[in-house]
Amino acid sequence: MSVEVIKPGLLSSLQDAGRRGYAQLGLGRAGAVDEPARRLANALVGNHGDEAALEITLAGPTLRFQHDAVLALTGGLIEARVEGQTLPAWTSCFVPAGSVLRLGGMRHGCRSYLAVRGGFEIVPLLGSRSSDLHAGIGGALRSGDLIGIGEHAAARWFQPGREWQALRWGLDPRPWLDYARAPLGLMRGHHFDALDEASQQALFAQRFMLSKDSNRTGSRLEGTPLRLRQPLELISEATLPGTLQLPPSGQPIALMAEAPVTGGYPRIGQLAAADMPRLAQRRPGDTVSFREISLDEALQRLAERKSSLQRLLQRIEQRLESA
Amino acid sequence: MSFALSEVQLEALAEDAWLLRFADVIEWSVNERVQLAAAALQANLSNVECVPAYASVLLRFEPAQWLGDDGRFSAERLRAAIADACNERAASERAARVVRIPVCYDGIDLPAIAAHTQMSVEQVIARHSNAEYRVAMLGFAPGFPYLLGLDPALATPRLSQPRILVPAGSVAIGGLQTGIYPQDLPGGWQLLGRTPMRLFDVTAPSPSLLQPGDQVRFHAIEPAEFQRLASEADAGR
Repeated sequence: MSVEVIKPGLLSSLQDAGRRGYAQLGLGRAGAVDEPARRLANALVGNHGDEAALEITLAGPTLRFQHDAVLALTGGLIEARVEGQTLPAWTSCFVPAGSVLRLGGMRHGCRSYLAVRGGFEIVPLLGSRSSDLHAGIGGALRSGDLIGIGEHAAARWFQPGREWQALRWGLDPRPWLDYARAPLGLMRGHHFDALDEASQQALFAQRFMLSKDSNRTGSRLEGTPLRLRQPLELISEATLPGTLQLPPSGQPIALMAEAPVTGGYPRIGQLAAADMPRLAQRRPGDTVSFREISLDEALQRLAERKSSLQRLLQRIEQRLESA
Repeated sequence: MSFALSEVQLEALAEDAWLLRFADVIEWSVNERVQLAAAALQANLSNVECVPAYASVLLRFEPAQWLGDDGRFSAERLRAAIADACNERAASERAARVVRIPVCYDGIDLPAIAAHTQMSVEQVIARHSNAEYRVAMLGFAPGFPYLLGLDPALATPRLSQPRILVPAGSVAIGGLQTGIYPQDLPGGWQLLGRTPMRLFDVTAPSPSLLQPGDQVRFHAIEPAEFQRLASEADAGR
């Protein structure tokens, strides 16, 4: 069973929860930048494990399903059509063999996730199916690619037929998509105090713009340049996704899933982990602003998000099974 | 050998990551303690990821694994576990591995390095291949080793305009550091030569030729030997 890539779209790659345990060898985790969206997409097709989903950036691919398939789209609200009709997002859909799924632009957000029942089957490398474009692992979809779909039992909530189908219910994307583009939680970083006073205030007061040079390695922010009191000579240390670095240009970079694992730029902040998916859903040209948050509050919000995601995943499973 | 938590500055980097900073310098003795600490923490704490750098160790953990009685993350519990781990004997008191790396010293920047260091090309090669190095950390790209031990007389500044593509296997000097490009990458270090060895292979169970803490020795080979070893390495892929 497989999916054929007819048109690749702007940038789509397979991502799971990421590759752990190789940072000391210079290899980061990669993985989905909007992890809750990836997990919810998998849950909506009845996948239980850590199946890879297709992470689609801004403009989606055109795919032909060679066999009957059950799929779900979450994350950014993407235009999706099958046989000229709009396929609903944030729910479970059935498409018959031969269907062509045309994914277009996004009405909201920057990254959509397409999950298929059975998961996309590619050989895991170092324990993960995630592409890491920065490290040269896997890669973006290309025309003509054939991606396998894993073995799976038929979905009990669909009667296979010749027409596509969707469940009568779906998820409300609002808790997971950031329509208001509210300020993102940012903790002070080790070198925050090295910023001059105006820059310390500007970091939390100004509206940055997300640069078009942003990618899975870093979200580049443009605004009034931030300045250090005096230049710092730093030795390289480990860095993390969510670290806000300040290169000499004064335009900060928030590191993303494929960031190098070490770096020598001043670390002026750390994005709250619960807000990483919100940053990942901003698109070039969108504004980004920050509000100061304590580590305790960041931990609290992360724990809350984890339990609400867990509750939702369970409810989806129960509802699909009772269908 | 163990280390005391009191000699370390602990910094919470993120919800799931702390940095243990030993110093702010690039020194052999500091990095030696870093390597021991990273090994001790990795061996004695479950479900953590340790990333040694020149003078610090990153500890990534699962916050939900370190809850206090109130059900919230307890920094005290994690700190106590780190202190205990430090007191355990490091598993890696094994003698450091020695990895020998053949280098064909025909790099495009060799004349510039010789001119900058006021040595002959032969002297540059001799000094570079006679030294003993240690992998202080891997970073920048998978398998890229930052090596300690460069003869200070060989220090050469980075290029003012980095190259768009430095070929895989290039052995290079950037300031007081020396390293090897594991794959074709952009880079601004000055190129001494190239090794036919493959530094990172994502399909191998142990993907990196070098591990933090490894000792490294370079030895000079002729272009013909480079070609022979390179085709052997290709055949092994």
